[in-house]
Amino acid sequence: MSTKSKTKKNKDEGKRDFLVVSTYAMAGIGAASFAWPLIDQMNPAADTLALASTEIDLSSLEEGQAITVKWRGKPVFVRHRTAEEIKNAQEASIDDMRDPEKDSDRVTNEKYIVLVGVCTHLGCVPLGQKSGDVKGQYGGWFCPCHGSHYDHSGRIRKGPAPTNLAVPSYEFLSDTLIKIG
Amino acid sequence: MSKAKFKNPVVKWIDHRLPIFSFMDHELNHYPTPKNLNYFWNFGSLAGIALVTMIITGIVLSMNYTAHVDYAFDSVERIMRDVNHGWLIRYIHMNGASFFFIVVYIHIFRGLYYGSYKAPRELLWILGVLILLLMMATAFMGYVLPWGQMSFWGATVITNLFSAIPLVGESIVTWLWGGFSVDNSTLNRFFSLHFVLPFVIVGVVILHLVALHRFGSNNPIGIDVKGTQDTLPFNPYYTIKDLFGLGVFLTIFAAAVFFFPNFMGHPDNYIEANPMVTPAHIVPEWYFLPFYAILRAIPDKLGGVLFMFGSIAVLFVIPWLDRSSVRSSQFRPIFKIFFWILLADCVLLGYLGAMPAEGIYVILSRIATAYYFFHFLILFPLLPYIEKTKPLPISISEPVLSGSSPASAFAFREKK
Repeated sequence: MSTKSKTKKNKDEGKRDFLVVSTYAMAGIGAASFAWPLIDQMNPAADTLALASTEIDLSSLEEGQAITVKWRGKPVFVRHRTAEEIKNAQEASIDDMRDPEKDSDRVTNEKYIVLVGVCTHLGCVPLGQKSGDVKGQYGGWFCPCHGSHYDHSGRIRKGPAPTNLAVPSYEFLSDTLIKIG
Repeated sequence: MSKAKFKNPVVKWIDHRLPIFSFMDHELNHYPTPKNLNYFWNFGSLAGIALVTMIITGIVLSMNYTAHVDYAFDSVERIMRDVNHGWLIRYIHMNGASFFFIVVYIHIFRGLYYGSYKAPRELLWILGVLILLLMMATAFMGYVLPWGQMSFWGATVITNLFSAIPLVGESIVTWLWGGFSVDNSTLNRFFSLHFVLPFVIVGVVILHLVALHRFGSNNPIGIDVKGTQDTLPFNPYYTIKDLFGLGVFLTIFAAAVFFFPNFMGHPDNYIEANPMVTPAHIVPEWYFLPFYAILRAIPDKLGGVLFMFGSIAVLFVIPWLDRSSVRSSQFRPIFKIFFWILLADCVLLGYLGAMPAEGIYVILSRIATAYYFFHFLILFPLLPYIEKTKPLPISISEPVLSGSSPASAFAFREKK
C-alpha cells in the first residue's frame, strides 16, 4: 500500500515537472516570438532593399578619369584605366601581396575597375578619384585616415588595411552601361 | 522581516552590499497579500504590463518615425508597409493605448467600488489619478504623431481649449504651438514630450507601488488585515493569479491586434493632415469621449473647459469627499446602487461624446454631466448621514473560511 502510494506520488510529481517545464518552454517561445519583430525591425526595410542597385553610364568617362557613385549609401569608384595602369596592375607580382589576387579576377572589362570605395581598415573613403588627389606609392588610391596604399587594381600594398578594396557584384548591360548590385 | 537566505554565493555577495535581492524577495515573494482578492485586483499588474509594452513598442517605432510635417505621415505608412514587422509593432502600440485605458478604467472603478481610496491609501489614489492625467497627455500627443486629419484637428481643438483662459489664453496657445497654428514646431515638441512622458509615468508608478506596499492591497470586504491568517505570500499565489489574468488579457489583446486593429481608431486618420479642410465630424479617441461630452455639455467656452478639467480634478479629492469609514460597497447598500449609476453615467457620457452636439444629445449630456458632479460633490459627503451600512465581518479569514458571503459569516459568528 505504502509503495503503491509512493509510486503514485512520484508519478504526480513527474506530471507536475512536465507541466512546469512545458509552461516555461511555452513562455520562452512566446517571449522570443514577441522579441523577434522588435529586433528584426532594425534590419533594412523593404524600401531600403528595393534601392539596392544602381546603374552607371560610362560613355562620357574618358581614359584616366574616374567617377564616384553612391550605391547602398556607400561610394563606388569606377576608373577608366590607361594602358599603362592596366599593364602595371596585370604585371605586379602577387606573391608578396597581403591579399593576393590577380587583376583579371577583379575586372570584367580590363579598362574599367569598379570598387567599393571604402577602406577595408576602418571604413574611410580613400583618396585618388580626383586628379589632384594623393594616390599613394602604387598610384591607385591612398587612405588618409591610417595610410593604406592601394594599387591600380585596388589591392592593398602597404598600410594597415587587411584586404583589397571590395569589388561589388555588377554586370555590363551594354559596352558603356553597368548595373551595380 | 525575516532576512532572506540565498544559496548562490554571487547573489549573496551582491546582496550583502546592495540588498536588491532581499528587496525583491520581500516585495515580490513574501509580500503578504490579503487572501480574498478577486480578479478585479489583476488590473494593476495588467496596467503595468501595458505600460511596459507601450514603452518597448514606442521606442522601436521611434526608430522608424520622422517628426516632420512633410514626412511624418509617410514615415508611418512606411512603418506599415516596408519596415520589417512594422505593421505588427504599430498595431500593438495603437491598440495598446486603448487596452491600457480599458485596464486603467477598470482599475479605477474597482477602487471606487471597494473604497480603495480611503485612509490610509489617499496618496496611493492621488498618485493613481496623476498617472491617469499623464496617460491622457501622453495619449493625446501620441495621437498627433501620425499626422492624419484626426491628429491635426484633434491637436487644434485640444490646444485651443487653453484659449478659453481669460487674458493670457491666446498667448498660451501660441506658446503651445510655437507658431500661429498647429505646425512643424508643434509636431516636434509633441514627439519629444510623447517620448519622455511615459518615463515620468514609470516614475509615478514606482511611487504608486511604494505607497501600495506601505499598507498592502485593499480587498473585496475592505477591512484591514488583522494578521498572517488573513494573508497569503504574493508568490506563488498572486503571481499565478496575475499570470492567468495576463493570459486572458493577452488573448483578447492579440485578437484585437490581428483581427480588428482599426476597430477603435478612426478612418479619417489615414488621410494626411490638411490645415485647409476640417473633417465633417471630429471625435477624439474613445477613452476621451466622456470628458469631451462634458466639455460640449456646457454652453460656455471657459465653463466647458473648467468642467472638463474639473471632472478629473474632483477625483484627486474624493478620499476627503467620501466621509464613510466603510470601504467596500458590499456593506453600503445605497452607495452600491449609486456606483452602478455612476458607471452607467460614464458610459452614457462616452456615447454622447461620440454623437453630434445637437438636439437630444446636448440635453442628455447636461443631465449626465450634472449627475457626474452630483455623485462626487454631493452624494459622497452626504450619503454616510443617510445610509445604514451592513455589519462588517471581524476579519478576512472568517468569511473566507465559512465559505459563504461575509454577511452570513458574521451571522454565523453571532450565533456562536
